[in-house]
Amino acid sequence: MSFFGLDCTRKKEKEVERKIRANDREYNSSFKYATNSIKTSKYNPFTFLPLNLFEQFQRIANAYFLFLLILQVIPAISSLSWFTTVVPLVLVLSVTAAKDAIDDINRHRSDRKVNNRKVNVLISGKLISEKWMNVQVGDIIKLENNQFVTADLLLLSSSEPLNLVYIETAELDGETNLKVKQALTVTGDMGDNLEALAAFNGEVYCEPPNNRLDRFTGTLTFGTQKYSLDNERVLLRGCTLRNTDWCFGLVLFAGPETKLMQNCGKSTFKRTSIDRLMNVLVLFIFGLLALMCIILAVGNGIWENHAGSKFNAFLPRKENTAFSAFLTFWSYIIILNTVVPISLYVSMEVIRLGNSYYINWDRNMYHARTDTPAEARTTTLNEELGQIKYIFSDKTGTLTQNIMTFNKCSINGKSYGDVIDHYSGQRLEITEEMTPVDFSFNRLADPKFFFYDHSLVEAIKLELPDVHAFFRLLALCHTAMAEEKKEGDLVYQAQSPDEGALVTAARNFGFVFCSRSPETVTIEEMGIQRSYELLAILDFNNVRKRMSVIVRNPEGKLSLYCKGADTIIYERLHPSCSELMKVTTEHLNEFAGEGLRTLVLAYKDLDEEYFSEWKQRHHESSVALEDREENLEKLYEEIEKDMMLIGATAIEDKLQDGVAQTIEQLAKAEIKIWVLTGDKQETAENIGYSCNLLREEMNDVFIVAANSPEEVRQEMRDARLKMCPATEQDKFLIPEVILGNTPKVVLDENVNGDYGLVINGHSLAYALESNMELEFLRTACMCKTVICCRVTPLQKAQVVELVKKYKKAVTLAIGDGANDVSMIKAAHIGVGISGQEGMQAVLSSDFSFAQFRFLQRLLLVHGRWSYLRMCKFLRYFFYKNFTFTFVHFWYAFFCGFSAQTVYDEGFITLYNLVYTALPVLGMSLFDQDVNAGWSLEYPQLYVPGQLSQYFSKRAFMMCALHSCYSSLVLFFVPYAATYDTVRDDGKDSADYQSFALITQTCLTVTVCVQLGLDLSYWTVVNHLFVWGSLGMFFILTFTMYTDGLFQLRPSSFAFIGTARNCLNQPNVWLTVALTAILCVLPVVAYRFFYSQISPTINDKVRYKVRQMKEPAPRPRRTRLTRRSTRRSGYAFSHAHGYGDLVTSGRFLRRHAPARSLGLIPTGRSPGFKPTGRSAGYSPVGREQNPKQKVEPTSLQMFRAVKDSSF
Amino acid sequence: MKNEGETTERPDNTAFTQQRLPAWQPILSAGIVIPGFVVIGLAFIGIGIGLFLTSQTIQVLEMDYTGVEKDSPCFRCTIPSLQNCTCEVTFSLSALFTGPVFFYYGLSNYYQNFRKYGVSKDYYQLAGDTQYFKSPQDVCSPYSHDSKKNPIVPCGAIANSMFNDTFELYQIINVTKKKVPLDGKGISWWTDYNIKYRNPSSVNGSFASAFDGTVKPINWPKAAYELDLTDPNNNGFLNQDFLVWMRRAALPQFRKLYRRITEGDYAAGLPAGNYALTVHYNYPVLSFDGRKKVVFSNVSWMGGKNDFLGIAYLVVGSLCLVMSVVMLIVYAKFKFSDDNDA
Repeated sequence: MSFFGLDCTRKKEKEVERKIRANDREYNSSFKYATNSIKTSKYNPFTFLPLNLFEQFQRIANAYFLFLLILQVIPAISSLSWFTTVVPLVLVLSVTAAKDAIDDINRHRSDRKVNNRKVNVLISGKLISEKWMNVQVGDIIKLENNQFVTADLLLLSSSEPLNLVYIETAELDGETNLKVKQALTVTGDMGDNLEALAAFNGEVYCEPPNNRLDRFTGTLTFGTQKYSLDNERVLLRGCTLRNTDWCFGLVLFAGPETKLMQNCGKSTFKRTSIDRLMNVLVLFIFGLLALMCIILAVGNGIWENHAGSKFNAFLPRKENTAFSAFLTFWSYIIILNTVVPISLYVSMEVIRLGNSYYINWDRNMYHARTDTPAEARTTTLNEELGQIKYIFSDKTGTLTQNIMTFNKCSINGKSYGDVIDHYSGQRLEITEEMTPVDFSFNRLADPKFFFYDHSLVEAIKLELPDVHAFFRLLALCHTAMAEEKKEGDLVYQAQSPDEGALVTAARNFGFVFCSRSPETVTIEEMGIQRSYELLAILDFNNVRKRMSVIVRNPEGKLSLYCKGADTIIYERLHPSCSELMKVTTEHLNEFAGEGLRTLVLAYKDLDEEYFSEWKQRHHESSVALEDREENLEKLYEEIEKDMMLIGATAIEDKLQDGVAQTIEQLAKAEIKIWVLTGDKQETAENIGYSCNLLREEMNDVFIVAANSPEEVRQEMRDARLKMCPATEQDKFLIPEVILGNTPKVVLDENVNGDYGLVINGHSLAYALESNMELEFLRTACMCKTVICCRVTPLQKAQVVELVKKYKKAVTLAIGDGANDVSMIKAAHIGVGISGQEGMQAVLSSDFSFAQFRFLQRLLLVHGRWSYLRMCKFLRYFFYKNFTFTFVHFWYAFFCGFSAQTVYDEGFITLYNLVYTALPVLGMSLFDQDVNAGWSLEYPQLYVPGQLSQYFSKRAFMMCALHSCYSSLVLFFVPYAATYDTVRDDGKDSADYQSFALITQTCLTVTVCVQLGLDLSYWTVVNHLFVWGSLGMFFILTFTMYTDGLFQLRPSSFAFIGTARNCLNQPNVWLTVALTAILCVLPVVAYRFFYSQISPTINDKVRYKVRQMKEPAPRPRRTRLTRRSTRRSGYAFSHAHGYGDLVTSGRFLRRHAPARSLGLIPTGRSPGFKPTGRSAGYSPVGREQNPKQKVEPTSLQMFRAVKDSSF
Repeated sequence: MKNEGETTERPDNTAFTQQRLPAWQPILSAGIVIPGFVVIGLAFIGIGIGLFLTSQTIQVLEMDYTGVEKDSPCFRCTIPSLQNCTCEVTFSLSALFTGPVFFYYGLSNYYQNFRKYGVSKDYYQLAGDTQYFKSPQDVCSPYSHDSKKNPIVPCGAIANSMFNDTFELYQIINVTKKKVPLDGKGISWWTDYNIKYRNPSSVNGSFASAFDGTVKPINWPKAAYELDLTDPNNNGFLNQDFLVWMRRAALPQFRKLYRRITEGDYAAGLPAGNYALTVHYNYPVLSFDGRKKVVFSNVSWMGGKNDFLGIAYLVVGSLCLVMSVVMLIVYAKFKFSDDNDA
């Protein structure tokens, strides 16, 4: 139902260059460019039937039945009437067709919805509201704030200064931060002057439609001038206009030719492992069918040679033996065709659809806040959910909310932020009910900020100097921008959410950052406005891990304020702080143990003389051409020493609700979770701890962050050596040996103890090279937890592919952003987090819901049940069809291999459709071994699914053997019971029709009883289906054997009277009872012994449930407080670069920032670069150069800086 | 896709959508399985004893008269060229053969269940539809038309191969033969006689005229309308012997009801004594190693003699009991309790 799922492959003759003349529809239409209407639907009313039938007959099962149908109309072969095949085939085809039709209607509907959106188009000098679908290439359209971009546009002019527009690209790449595009000055000058725009007749020559989101080349010829166009001038369909009142654009690509649509890619059709197994089994069944038919054909040949040729007196036959055997082969192909059950595939579809609806309907997966229910977007993968072994999760937006909150702090050796119970002195869990600190004394406070420890406010009010210094530092030492939209409504634009949280905290505690200019920072300290002169920003980078500002306060005092990583700052503190350091370290450990991100704050008073001298040297260095970086580094190093410790902050990277519990549950279900994130190593590691993936009790957490392949290999070997010292030596050799033979499956290796692995994108790039991937996989799989940080979307997909390739395991990828799309598509199951902006992940996902925690319900409840049901269904379905069919096989030996059916043709037609369809469907829609509560209570119940224990080749063979036994019973018991016997009135009862009826009654009753035995959850519906089907068998049997129907069509209803004459015999019923008991009791006994001698986890839990009667209340999990002694909680998702911008006014004069700006990421995640491997963090390329990261964000600063410099 | 206009997407809270339908959840616990086996075992043994004893009370007398062996009375009739051969099979009963006695003929190695044989009949013809008299359905081939292209009625292999030996039974009382009356009425199924098979309506008052333009089946000595000239209700397609034959057997060895002995002195059964069975030997079976036999039998509530069901019930019942003991032992040894790490 995705409206991006259209076929992008449709191509006219290849377009080499696109020529567009603005406002000239006539000229443009001569090129036959696509219009802006999109079409994702497949059929229209006229093409539906032929196309759909054509598609359906491409399925092997349907084609097979068509082939059978053809066989059946050949009189020499036809052993069954044509209707035994036609009726089921028509039914199957129409059910599938109905489903396809509904899907297509939905696609039509969503197409219509998109195509009918309105936009203002400039037509002959006037703005006219038009539907999207009527927009054409070359039109000039006007977009307003918060509107979707209609098509790929050349930006002409905008309401903002410098012809800038701000766009959100969430639907394209999932990033929610704003990007900037800028129009050419020559077009921008037209502004919103409609006359000028209407007269605009520029000609654009540009590249043909393609799917490169990050590239555009073209030229604009306007007047006599030629201007080159690049990606920065182009707005792509799928973006949203933000913070921009209006803009005008020229349509370059429309509808299916837009980059978004070109980029939609053919989403690969996913099949479940059961599907793949089924393909193998179906081949096997075909083999079995051929084998049986060959045996019977040979039998026929032998029989014809011995008995049959003599029997000619009463039954003359023309064919010779060989030809007769040949015909018999095909006749038996028809008769035994029921081993390949026609209704199997359609039933599987129905079951999956039903189970998908349960997911959609589940209120426990409905998120009230965003009003988002869970959605099964692909309805054919349900049972795969019960077999997941690996989960690949994104971090931001998936595990975390991407909201940072100032949670705790330590000021001058005192820790704030915990709520202590007055009576017990115990720390209390912070809940929603507690009263937060009242910030009403501060008119500028942010109402969304909550803090629960009242003592901190008291400390502020007592004007403790340390506390004031602490918050003053937070208000001064940052690179955020302030914007006062309304009076008192301050909005901070911070480069990272961490920084935003810190500045906001300072704001609420009365140190309000008001505005900044390149030279000053204005803050309001407890209601008093003070302006600090900003002398220098010693900016943050990954090596320094700290940032400092040097300011002069209004009184003229010079100070350096610094915040940074504990390890870094501690080295640069004045020795007099050692006492305080000890206490603070304790607090830091405590914070880190709770998974909080910590920063240490310090300050230093500078004396004027030294500073001016330093400033001079700084200036010299910063203009020097050589060794600028190093010299600056040294200067920073020089001034940032002997600082005085103030305290530490602790920021919580807020996890989504229930993440830790979910992860714990999933771990119990032996599902391995790998976190693949674009974030920095520290933040990723931190989240690893806070959501319990990494634990302090782990034996070791290996960190692979090396710069060369050899180092990476060595680090991984060391890790393995540590995990598995004894056997490691010879294992070094294994990969090489295996490599030669292209291994299929890498087995799990046993490890003592728990280990974690953190690997960064740089090392991952080496580790994913073909000569090291096995080594990486083995190492990673030996660890309990794997965290890959700073990975590109491509690498995410590569990791998933790697696991898929060598592990015989089912993978699931979960994410929320467009950077997760590649892995969502790569994994067996893709899950999108919905309810946020940026639907790209959801659109390419198979399942979507609003919260990570719903994953446990999706897997442990829905997935498990779906798998269980599907397996039960398959086992039973094969059983009932094999049993049905094998009886014919045995009968062949008693009827001269003549392809005589055992049953009545009516019965053959209805057996799968009416008599046995609903009970098994009922089972596969309602069955549950234990209810949802217990499923969650015992995640171990999930394990059999991972091992494919419920349905495998072995289980299939068991089914076949079981069927073989049952069919022997079903044939020979009636055989023996009617042999040479007569009815109680002396008349015949061993005639063919009676025998057929007895056998089919026995069969129907037996499979019903067997179903009853398999059914562990008898709802009303199941009762209705089981008893109803059994009743239906007798009703229909009697109906079909009535006088009336016979008189209507004697040849079809030749069994007239058989039911009446046969079923009134007591020994017939005794035979039925005997067969049913004989078929079922061994199964009961087997299951009983099995459950006694080696009970499965299911047996145990069910037994326990039986004893408990009702679910035990779920134990409340409290969050453990862990004590950390060895880990730094430092994590700061901050990139280098703002400092320069803030202090230099230079960039205001820069008309256009250099190079591409569109889709390069900021701190949150790497951009989506859908090109080859080298596009990522290639080991050779120097893309990690922090300088490049500066640019996208710098643009956002334009406005803010400009405003503040007024 | 979310629909605009709807205020909430919250799914309905019903037992069905939330998969909370109340249900009966049986499990195969020892408390159910073991007593279950005992009960079934006892019940089966009970039924088995009843069946077996009943079956023992049924008397059956079976005589092969094919004449394969040189010393058998019908040996001389096995020469194919011989027409209208008659032979006599004698037997004696030492005790009363309790009535009503049923008289069957039996054939073996005879494939009435062969598919092409089985389909070789025309239901419309046999339902008296004279349209199909003129053009029988193709399924009857090669017995749809004779060599002169005349349509055969009744057509097809089944009708053509109708059993045509006839029997007379005599009790030998002091050298004299006393004919035992044989009742040929009501030996076919009610539905066959009354609904499935219909004679064509008479043309100009003559039943035979309805068959004008058709010929009798090749193997038949006389036409269908001459099967029983004495009784119009037993003639044509409604002839009881024809109906019995047309109900084809399921297995290559079968017996079919020939006559009932229910009248006169023999209503209570065949008294002890000597009997002679005169066989009008017409039906050739030796070409395909077939066997012919006659069977006298009486019936009980469970039908004819069949030891299988009784024995099967006894065996299954005993196995159930044995199994329940084994289960008890296993349960006592292994019984998994709830206090382990479920």
